[in-house]
Amino acid sequence: MKRFLYAVPLVGFIFLGIYLWNGLSKDPGVLPSALIDRPAPEFTLPPLAGREPAAALATADLATGKPMLVNFFASWCLPCRAEHPLVEALAREYGVTVHAINYKDKPQDAAAWLRALGDPYGKVGADSDGRVALEFGLYGVPETFVVDGKGKIRHRHAGALTAELVESTILPILAALQ
Amino acid sequence: MTVETGHFALIVALILATLQSTVPLFGASRGRDDLMTLARHTAWGQLVCVAIAFSALMNAFATSDFSVTVVAQNSHSAKPFLYKLAATWGHHEGSLLLWILILVLFGVFVASAGRGMPLALRARVLAVQGMVAMGFLLFTLLTSNPFGRLDVPPIDGNSLNPLLQDPGLVIHPPLLYFGYVGLSTAFSFAVAALIEGKVTPDWARWARPWVLIAWSGLTMGIALGSWWAYYELGWGGFWFWDPVENASFMPWLVATALLHSILVVAKRDGFKGWTLFLAIMGFSLSLLGTFIVRSGLLTSVHAFATDPARGVFILGLLAVAIGGAFLLFAIRAPALEGGKGFQPVSREGALMLNNLLLATAAATVLLGTMYPLFLEAMSGEKVSVGPPYFNATFVPLMLPMLMLMAVAPLLSWRQAKLLPVVKRLWLAAVAGIGVAVFAIWAGDAGVGGVIGFGVAAWLGVGTIIGWLARLQGSSPLRRLIGLPMEVHGMTMAHLGAAILVAGMTATSVWQAEAIRLMRPGDSVELAGYNWALKDIGPRLGPNYRTVMAEFIVTDSDGDPVAKLYPERRFYPVAGQNTTEAGIHTLWYADLYAVIGEGNPSDGWAVRLYYNPLVPWMWFGAGVMSFGGLVSATGRLRVRRRAKAAGPQPAGAAA
Repeated sequence: MKRFLYAVPLVGFIFLGIYLWNGLSKDPGVLPSALIDRPAPEFTLPPLAGREPAAALATADLATGKPMLVNFFASWCLPCRAEHPLVEALAREYGVTVHAINYKDKPQDAAAWLRALGDPYGKVGADSDGRVALEFGLYGVPETFVVDGKGKIRHRHAGALTAELVESTILPILAALQ
Repeated sequence: MTVETGHFALIVALILATLQSTVPLFGASRGRDDLMTLARHTAWGQLVCVAIAFSALMNAFATSDFSVTVVAQNSHSAKPFLYKLAATWGHHEGSLLLWILILVLFGVFVASAGRGMPLALRARVLAVQGMVAMGFLLFTLLTSNPFGRLDVPPIDGNSLNPLLQDPGLVIHPPLLYFGYVGLSTAFSFAVAALIEGKVTPDWARWARPWVLIAWSGLTMGIALGSWWAYYELGWGGFWFWDPVENASFMPWLVATALLHSILVVAKRDGFKGWTLFLAIMGFSLSLLGTFIVRSGLLTSVHAFATDPARGVFILGLLAVAIGGAFLLFAIRAPALEGGKGFQPVSREGALMLNNLLLATAAATVLLGTMYPLFLEAMSGEKVSVGPPYFNATFVPLMLPMLMLMAVAPLLSWRQAKLLPVVKRLWLAAVAGIGVAVFAIWAGDAGVGGVIGFGVAAWLGVGTIIGWLARLQGSSPLRRLIGLPMEVHGMTMAHLGAAILVAGMTATSVWQAEAIRLMRPGDSVELAGYNWALKDIGPRLGPNYRTVMAEFIVTDSDGDPVAKLYPERRFYPVAGQNTTEAGIHTLWYADLYAVIGEGNPSDGWAVRLYYNPLVPWMWFGAGVMSFGGLVSATGRLRVRRRAKAAGPQPAGAAA
């Protein structure tokens, strides 16, 4: 029994080695999501205080028969500011529904941020402690999820949207889901 | 000196390393003194050779010899001279060479220091170090040769990643490598002990300084990396649980556990197998860290060199080094005799709890870092694990640990009574509760903040009580002089930890920020200060263009407090932007400004932060690191004196 105990590190290392070997053949470039083609996680978020209309956001709002975007943002996040005009363009020019989840933010800051920069969002849920972000496997803000009409997540983009990315990826995926 | 000389010197170093990893080992098993002393000469020989190789590469960078591939890729003629030199280790090939240079430097230290160490143990330790050097030299020469030439050299070179053109980068990697290599020395001691089949208190005394040096280097290296992220990346944070950060943090956790457990070997002849396991594990995690950064296995914000071919080689290296060591461990460690018994409430008991908590913390971080990989191997899915996981698992483990740190130094070995110790700490408890109440009164600290401040105060005051308790007696001054260095070192390290925790807590809960579009003449009120943007405009740097702003910060009375000069630089050669935060450090806070995109008509995006107690974090880490070094010197001195005066009774220096 004691001998076996001392062999545990060796056995553990052998397993680790096999996994590492396995990992070598994979492409490290893409940041994936375990949620692709699965229903969005169950959640109910309070509305963002100080924003009109005050509408809470819950899982049910993501399955309306129409594809939509769910955008995680925070007022303290500079890339969010950078991508904001693109989110507005998506909502206003392409008529895409964009719901937002405000990640670890003070409601008054986020509301002021939206007033200053424009508010393209349908509903905005306030995830002040980041629990829902945890459910979504958030890597950082901003992050954008494409959700289909049945409330399943079809695509995830970590980081700020770019004009090129919207053209080449987001819009085609949304078009295919229509 | 041409780089070909360097290449040749590196090949000679490989031959010497091969000799060192075989001949002394054979000599030790046969008791042949002449073969064992060879290790000393090969250690010096390797240092000379690798130093030549490193100087050759540095010379190529200093003179901007763009016919050398790595120079062309990582330097530029317009780069400031200091950064040309620093660029020697600012990339994969050069940083490996630096790693090897520090390794062979430590080899010479092991060959010379620790007088009274048996010849056979020294020969075996050096032989294992030779093997490690051999692996890294082979890796460098076969997959990452820094001395390759280009057929058609470019005129100017491709520059270095501009984020890395920074004073922090000049010292961050060398310090971190001091830590990693120090752990490799501890690893060599552990493997040598397994080959000999015995672990003695003397062994622990010889090995412990290396653990402490490694720990100090890692502490400083990690703090510098965090500091660099804080002022250069301009995110306003200091720790991101990024895989590359975790790669250096896991060895630190294990090294911390190891430097405590090896104490039990030295004083009480116990925890032997566990200590060897930690020593092997510490170096394994360092290697794994190297593997994660350099093979592109994990997606990270700042993985700077990724190449699967190198990954295969490193995996081979891991298999031989870690697999071999654990195989030896499985065969030899069960036969090691157990230590003397002890009660649950005792110094040993507290150190065991410390080790359990630290090991669990390290395992948690390892799991969070490697889990995505496991999952992918099993199901083909890719996930990434973020800060919420680490904050939810790591912090609860550290709280009891920090509480314990004030109590453990007051416990006696073998058997202790808890009640008198707790009574002694009443002032620390009062301080802890007092500070916690203050935090509630000051507002907005949250539960985590209140606990964090309370624990920091408890630990800080408790540590000082522990130190004063050792001075009690008829002649405190004489006691102070007689107190071993390791006690001073421990006190400093624990105090540093308290300062660090206070700083982290304050900045986590009380950071204030303002994000605005600002034009010259605008001002913002933040945290009781007035931040006025006086001027903003383009400037020229040596190899970059920049937009620099000038902020004047005044306090509520209108008196000037600081001028901040944040910059947004553009490096044309690399086509990259970097932010340089404008920071003014006060003893209780950092005033921190970053500028983003903008133009004269609409104004610039500006982020201003009031970061309370952030300077305490760096200061605390510095105190911890210095404490480790103080403790290391103490051990060395005790050993020399012990030799002169004959064997010292175990446990005399508590």
